Amino acid sequence: MGPVDYIPRIRDNYARQGYKAYNWVVNRDTAPWAPLRKPLSQCRLGVAASGGIYVAGQVAFHYKDDISLREIPTEIDTSELRATHFAYDLSDARTDPNVVFPIDTLRRLVREGFLGGVASRFYSFMGGIYSSRRVAEDLAPRLTARLLEDGVDAVLLVPV
Amino acid sequence: MGLVARHAEAAGIPTLCMTSARDITRAVNPPRAAFLDFPLGHTTGKPHEPDLQRRILVEALSSFETMKAPGSMKELPFRWSEDETWKSKAFAEGDDRTPRHDTPQYQSEEDRRRAEEGGSTSCPVCRA
Repeated sequence: MGPVDYIPRIRDNYARQGYKAYNWVVNRDTAPWAPLRKPLSQCRLGVAASGGIYVAGQVAFHYKDDISLREIPTEIDTSELRATHFAYDLSDARTDPNVVFPIDTLRRLVREGFLGGVASRFYSFMGGIYSSRRVAEDLAPRLTARLLEDGVDAVLLVPV
Repeated sequence: MGLVARHAEAAGIPTLCMTSARDITRAVNPPRAAFLDFPLGHTTGKPHEPDLQRRILVEALSSFETMKAPGSMKELPFRWSEDETWKSKAFAEGDDRTPRHDTPQYQSEEDRRRAEEGGSTSCPVCRA
């Protein structure tokens, strides 16, 4: 069986909720390209994930086109991480956040020398934002500015 | 997430997008992607299987060194289960199980209480 097609499913969901026909982002141009400048074993990796992960004590995300960011310190105790989202079954993410926010996995890869290091903070937000314009004009530039500030050599993006 | 990838990459930061929704990622066309054919909510592995989670990320992250052309997508060699019954379920169910509340949706009431108190002193990011 081939991969699940999600585009028709999501289009139907929005239609049922009374949104205007969802205008899917289709890019037919060549994607931008920035080559990795050194081996992974010397790179500092950043992460941005859209599974709705937050730290206990932070204000949680809401479910209506939330484009806010949460900063997650990479030395955080994994037991302090929480998950909230409207679009996926949270049961596994709540017992092991690594399924959508691979913090223990990446710390292990640093210990093993596969990666040079991780940034001092990772970023989390909510996926399922209806307006691609707000993502392109607001969320993406804000996130990119933070990643540049953190001086990462590469970034792993983890949607849900 | 593909939009974020394209933005960061254009600013000079190499990116890799994990994905379990191949059609969406193909449409947005990020610079590099790694496709894991798992149910949504498991983009980087199965719960409590750290060795599998590690293998998935090693395979995926290696793309930073091996991919040479924008728009590349690697199909990761992992299967969720022997049979693929989860896929027929994924076709049937929608993401409208949860109402789109516009107030913070906490995992627990305890989290709500902690956030409303302004977070603990051991949490430097809570007041941000």
